[in-house]
Amino acid sequence: MEIDDKEIEKLADLARIKITNEEKKELKKDIESILSYVSEIQKISSDMPDNRFNNSELVNVMREDGQPHKSGFYSEKILGEAPQREKDYMKVKKIL
Amino acid sequence: MIKIEELNIQSAHNHLVNGDFSAVDLVKECIRNIDEKNKDINAYLEVYEDVLKQARCADERIKNKENVTELTGIPIALKDNILNEEKKVSAASKILENYRATYDATVVKKLKDAGVVFTGRTNMDEFAMGSSTENSAFGVTKNPHDTKRTPGGSSGGSAAAVSIGGAIASLGSDTGGSVRQPASFCGVVGLKPTYGAVSRYGLIAMGSSLDQIGPMGRTVSDVEIMFNAIKGKDEMDSTSAPDKQENKKLDGKMKIGVPMHFMDGIDEDVLENFNQSVEKFKSLEYEIKEITLPNVKYSLAVYYILMPAEASTNLARFDGVKYGLHKDGKSLIEDYFETREDGFGTETKRRIMLGTYVLSSGYYDAYYNKANAVRNLIRSDFDKAFADVDAILTPTSPTPAFEIGKKSDPLSMYLSDIFTVQANLTGMPALSIPSGIVSRDGKELPVGLQLITPHGREDILFEIGKKL
Repeated sequence: MEIDDKEIEKLADLARIKITNEEKKELKKDIESILSYVSEIQKISSDMPDNRFNNSELVNVMREDGQPHKSGFYSEKILGEAPQREKDYMKVKKIL
Repeated sequence: MIKIEELNIQSAHNHLVNGDFSAVDLVKECIRNIDEKNKDINAYLEVYEDVLKQARCADERIKNKENVTELTGIPIALKDNILNEEKKVSAASKILENYRATYDATVVKKLKDAGVVFTGRTNMDEFAMGSSTENSAFGVTKNPHDTKRTPGGSSGGSAAAVSIGGAIASLGSDTGGSVRQPASFCGVVGLKPTYGAVSRYGLIAMGSSLDQIGPMGRTVSDVEIMFNAIKGKDEMDSTSAPDKQENKKLDGKMKIGVPMHFMDGIDEDVLENFNQSVEKFKSLEYEIKEITLPNVKYSLAVYYILMPAEASTNLARFDGVKYGLHKDGKSLIEDYFETREDGFGTETKRRIMLGTYVLSSGYYDAYYNKANAVRNLIRSDFDKAFADVDAILTPTSPTPAFEIGKKSDPLSMYLSDIFTVQANLTGMPALSIPSGIVSRDGKELPVGLQLITPHGREDILFEIGKKL
C-alpha cells in the first residue's frame, strides 16, 4: 500500500488538519501499514447479496415537529461556550 | 471504618438505609482513597467540588425516605466524555480542555434522579481512541495492579477508579471494547449493552454505529443495577430502542458456544485461564459446544475502516467556532486548520486522516462499502451461532495488561481489540468478568472472560456471569 506525499497533503487538507513535514512522514508510514492490514477484506469475494449496511432491524426514525422551546431559552448557556461572540452571535472572520 | 473494596451497591445501600454510615461518610472514604492513590494512578482528571453537597442531598433523601433507590448515595465516577451540566467535560482532549457541559446526558440525568453521588470525571484515551489510556492529553493512567502497565482503554480511568476504591461503580463508553478491555485489565466487571439499549444523548460521539455507554463495577450485580437504571428508549436519541426484557424468560439448561478456532496466537497464560473457565462452566452444568464463526477473522479490518470513517465525520464539528479551543489564523479556514492542529493529539489526527481516506471518492466502494458488507456477514455468523447456543464465550483480551509505551506502533495497539470489536459490529451485548490472575514480573495481573449474547439478552449475561 503506497501513498504519496501529495495524497497525504490532500487528505490533511480535506480533514482541515495542518501537518508538519515530520508528521507527514509518520502519518504516511502509519496509514500505509493500517491500510495494508485492513485491505485483507478485499480477499472476500465481492459477489455478496448486498453491498451496503442493510438489515431489516434498521429503519429511519422520524418524529413530528413538536412544541419548540421558548426562543432564546438556551442561548446564553450555549453562547457562553463559544470562543468568540458578539451579542447573540458566534463570531467568525469574514468569509466574503 | 468503611472499606470501599469490600462493598458493593447492594451492601452499601443496606448500610446507608440502616444508618450504619451516611452517604457523606461513604464518599469521604472514596475521596480518601483518591487522595492517597490518584497521584500515582491518574484515574481521575477532576474530583467534583460539590461531592459532599451531593452526598448531603442523598442523606436527606434517605432520612426522609423520599424516592430512595438502590443507587441513592452511591459514589459513581463518570468517564470524561459524558456530559454533566455545568461541569467540565473534555474527552481528554486539548480541544475541549475548558469546555463546560451545557446539559446533562440522559444517563447522568437518570442517575441524578436515582440520587447517586458523582465523584468526578475519569481519564481516557482522547475521544475514546485507544486501548490503553496512553492517548490522553492529560497524562497516562496507570494500572493499579502494576503501575508499569496500562489500565487498558479507552475507559481506563473509569476501570482504575473502581479498582482503587475511588468509586463503587462507574460509567464508561465502548466503541470497540473500551469498557470491557479495561475492566479485564483492572479486575472489574464491565458491560457493553445492546446497541440502542442505553441513550447516547450527551455522549461525545466517536463511531455512531458502534458507540454504547456501559457500566463498570466490582460485581455482576452492581453492573446489572447500573444497567437497569440507565437503559430505555429516549426521545433525545433516535437510535435508542425500547426495552423488551420483560417479555423474556430464561429456560432450563443453557448452552455456551466457544469459537476455539479464534484463539490462535493469544497469550499462553490467558489461554490456560480461558480453558479453566470453560471447565468451570462444564462443572456448573452448562453445555459447552464448539462453534465456528467463519468471517470473524475480518472483524478488526472491518472495524478499523468503519470506526475511523465515522470518527472523522463526528470530529468535523470541532472547528474553534462553537465551543472549545480556538486558535487564530489569517482567515476563517486557517482558524480551522490552526485549531485542529493544536487541539487534536496524534492518534486522533491519524484516525481522522484514515477515515477521510476510506470515505474519499475512488476508495469509498473498496473500503467503506465493502466493510459494511463484511459487517453483515459477521453479524450473520453470530445469528447462525445463536440459533444453537445461548451465549458465546471468549477471553476479553488476548493478553493481560501490557506495559506503558510498549505498543507505540498503532497497528499493534489495534490488535488488542481482537475479541471485543464483534459485539460493536453486530450490536450485541457483551460482558467482561474477572476470571483469575496471571503472574508477570512478580505482579499478579487480572484477566477477564467475555460473554456475548443476542440483542437484548443482557439477562443471560447477568445470569451466567453471576455463576462464575
